[in-house]
Amino acid sequence: MRVDIVTPERRLASADVSEVQIPGADGDLTAMEGHAPTITTLRPGLLRAVAAGGTTTYVVTGGFAEITSAGVSVLAERAVPLDEANGALFDSLIAEAREAAATTDDKDGAEKLVADMIAARAAAGH
Amino acid sequence: MPSLKDLKNRIGSVKNTRKITKAMQMVAAAKLRRAQENAEAARPYAERMNAVMAGLAGSVGQSDSAPRLLSGTGTDKVHLLVVMTAERGLCGGFNSSIARLARGHAQRLLAAGKTVKILTVGKKGREQLRRDLADHFVGHVDLSEVKRLGYANAQAIARDILSRFEQGEFDVATLFFNRFQSVISQIPTAQQVIPAVFATDAPTALYDYEPSEEGILADLLPRGVATQVFTALLENGASEQGARMSAMDNATRNAGDMINRLTIQYNRSRQAAITKELIEIISGAEAL
Repeated sequence: MRVDIVTPERRLASADVSEVQIPGADGDLTAMEGHAPTITTLRPGLLRAVAAGGTTTYVVTGGFAEITSAGVSVLAERAVPLDEANGALFDSLIAEAREAAATTDDKDGAEKLVADMIAARAAAGH
Repeated sequence: MPSLKDLKNRIGSVKNTRKITKAMQMVAAAKLRRAQENAEAARPYAERMNAVMAGLAGSVGQSDSAPRLLSGTGTDKVHLLVVMTAERGLCGGFNSSIARLARGHAQRLLAAGKTVKILTVGKKGREQLRRDLADHFVGHVDLSEVKRLGYANAQAIARDILSRFEQGEFDVATLFFNRFQSVISQIPTAQQVIPAVFATDAPTALYDYEPSEEGILADLLPRGVATQVFTALLENGASEQGARMSAMDNATRNAGDMINRLTIQYNRSRQAAITKELIEIISGAEAL
């Protein structure tokens, strides 16, 4: 199946893979060929594209994934390959989420976002 | 009749001007290419985003639980005009065409008894609208320090717009910018972003939604505003460089014409002076 990872500024990656592990808002899900057409929002986390040649991991925040039987397109507000991600990136993401949490009315959602960011950071090993 | 010296100075100065406009044209051409690439690279995201939102809006739009960003506040009393222009001039009619469209829109709304608020992005538009619409200004976004337009800039503007909307400062928001058509043609465009409007004939594919359709739509609509602002900024960026390029091309050509005219005038007066001197010598000699 085909996976496209698109950010507002450019198309980050487009590859043939066997499965994609997606950090959905309601929990992780794995899409393989023949998956039922689904649209899910993303929580901040790690997205893994598993291909025969190896697994590529991306840090994604915000956006959604559109799964069809033939492929997955991920529209993420921010997507960075895991090996390019570092502590500073997570620091800035977490700081941004905290700032948003301080100003918004939706405390619950915003705090969840902060928690997700911290979890994503732990998962990435930074 | 200017003296030979004056003409010579004049030609020199026009030649310098031509050098400058030529250089500006080439810089604009290089920037245009980059701006176009950026606009091109951003297109897949915006298109997908729009397609999915249009599908969702089609199925959720009519229900009462539809988010306010989609259904609106129920009135259209207060309009926010987001006028996006360049930070710099010397780009032909680029800034004026946006300002003219926005001014016309504002005057129509005012005549219909609506309240108009204006958020300016880029200082040229602000300068042009200040004369008659200064009372309606509610904010300004300065992009003069921005070297390379990023999504973060669009997000900042979108956040500003959304927080104003949440505080009930306006009912309808419209973006004004130039859509890039080609180097010689940029189309001033007014695009309503709040409440969101979509092409109605979007095909509604059958999808499972996680979480609910409403949940996804509520999550996507604010992002959609940012995406539209970003698209507008990029289109504007490409249009600005395109407009500047053709304006400077014209200026360069005009300077060339002017140099030709001045050179002919210079040669004629030089010839006239020589003839005059010859006549004086010959008639002097004949008188002897």
